[in-house]
Amino acid sequence: MAGTAVRGRLIWQVATVATVTDETDAVRTIALDLPDWPGHHAGQHLDVRLTAEDGYSAERSYSIASADGEPVAITVERLDDGEVSPYLTQELRPGDQMEVRGPIGNWFTWGPHDGGPLLLIAGGSGVVPLRAILRHRQRSGSSVPARLLYSSRSLEDVIYREELDQYRGSAEVRYTLTRRQPPGWGGFAGRVDGAMLARIAWPASQRPLAFICGPTPFVEAVAELLVARRYPESRVKTERFGGA
Amino acid sequence: MTSPVSRGFHRLSRPGDAQAGKLPPGQHATTDFPVLSAGPTPHTPLQEWSFSIRRGGKTLRAWTWPEFMDLPAETVTVDIHCVTRWSKLGTVWRGVPVPALLDQVAHDAQYVLAFSDGGYTTNLPVKDVTGGQAWLAFDYDGQPLPPEHGGPARLLVPHLYFWKSAKWVRGMELLDHDQPGFWENYGYNNYGDPWREQRYAGD
Amino acid sequence: MALDGNAIGGLLLEIFAVDMTSADATCAACGAVRSVAETMVYFRGPGTVVRCRSCTSVLMVISRVRGLNCVDLSGIEALRVRAASA
Repeated sequence: MAGTAVRGRLIWQVATVATVTDETDAVRTIALDLPDWPGHHAGQHLDVRLTAEDGYSAERSYSIASADGEPVAITVERLDDGEVSPYLTQELRPGDQMEVRGPIGNWFTWGPHDGGPLLLIAGGSGVVPLRAILRHRQRSGSSVPARLLYSSRSLEDVIYREELDQYRGSAEVRYTLTRRQPPGWGGFAGRVDGAMLARIAWPASQRPLAFICGPTPFVEAVAELLVARRYPESRVKTERFGGA
Repeated sequence: MTSPVSRGFHRLSRPGDAQAGKLPPGQHATTDFPVLSAGPTPHTPLQEWSFSIRRGGKTLRAWTWPEFMDLPAETVTVDIHCVTRWSKLGTVWRGVPVPALLDQVAHDAQYVLAFSDGGYTTNLPVKDVTGGQAWLAFDYDGQPLPPEHGGPARLLVPHLYFWKSAKWVRGMELLDHDQPGFWENYGYNNYGDPWREQRYAGD
Repeated sequence: MALDGNAIGGLLLEIFAVDMTSADATCAACGAVRSVAETMVYFRGPGTVVRCRSCTSVLMVISRVRGLNCVDLSGIEALRVRAASA
């Protein structure tokens, strides 16, 4: 019945863990088997619900790490005092089940038809939906110019490093390491600021489309810097993450 | 469809639960102090801060911060209960008992509507903010109350759900008739007694 | 700390049955028109409070009371939601 296709998006679907991949010490990517998944767009997220034996349940939202048409995957960062992320990043194994609702969010998405040039700015685990955007851009053969500025505490904390480095030539990926840099590091260091953006942000005259994702203070500081560089607010899309 | 169990998932273990005998129904004890708010944290400078008692659109009495600091204060240890089901036992506050302010105004009001920076309000019967049940607190755990927890001063009414302990409080409106405040208008109980589990309107 | 309207996308999907993050909301207090994704969202309190990023007035409050989602929209003057394509 036509009604059930709509309901599939609204209700919780049972997902089975297909694979788990540790990206860094604290970050894991979980690929999910979702037989009735309607498909998703890069930038969207989903809600996860876990239920314990005693009926206690907890819900969290995670950005989808995979591109349009790829199997659903989420990348989760472990928060030491968290209730859900330690379970997802340490206990969860292939075959385990959870419930998923989604995909969610038609605003913070990008597809080739949205054009560019693209400026993607990530703070920590905020890189997840931006990675999905880069994957979608590559898989669709889009020639929209793209730059990613990824702020991370250290090189060891950078998620998807190998994959991001292989964009060399087709997209510009730069890291800024805020807490420690390896010996001989020639890249950016410290927080994203006006001087750094002067070197990596597309000029406003090119009508770039910016996506900023990360913790609230990061997103707001960077958005303000881009608006100061005369990016119209309508061309700066933001998604704020918070620990739950 | 019943939800499948996620193997190995369980709620965070709560060391505070050992004191469960002192918890109202439906609550669990927490050792941290969650920050919950309905809006951005205000940052009123102390030179601009005042607490006023108002009635019918008129300010009857107001205190500046130095005047407020001159009032008698006491240190109390109380349990607090949030309607979102966490309780924190044995919290230590320093504050001015509300009667030290209310009693300086002659009135026959039965209710107050506490109001805060940012527009938050909450209503209480006068009898619930007197008799050693309510303070205007400015220190928490031996330190000046931080902004995210309601500083420089918040209402502290521990015998009711903690949404009644208005953060960033700036005064009280004296009322003849009870008038619902912010959360009371959005489906929460007008009184809010955690021991009778009065969470929502109609409980 | 505040998040933004993206964070309640799932809740709004449950209530409205369509994606609301991409809907444009007109603030009844200041007239600003922005996407719901761009609103300031405060939750983990008794209910979810959604505020206008331009003027911080309350746009929407969602409380979950006894299995019902109680939605107060009085801070929103108008909503524009994309119609489903044919």
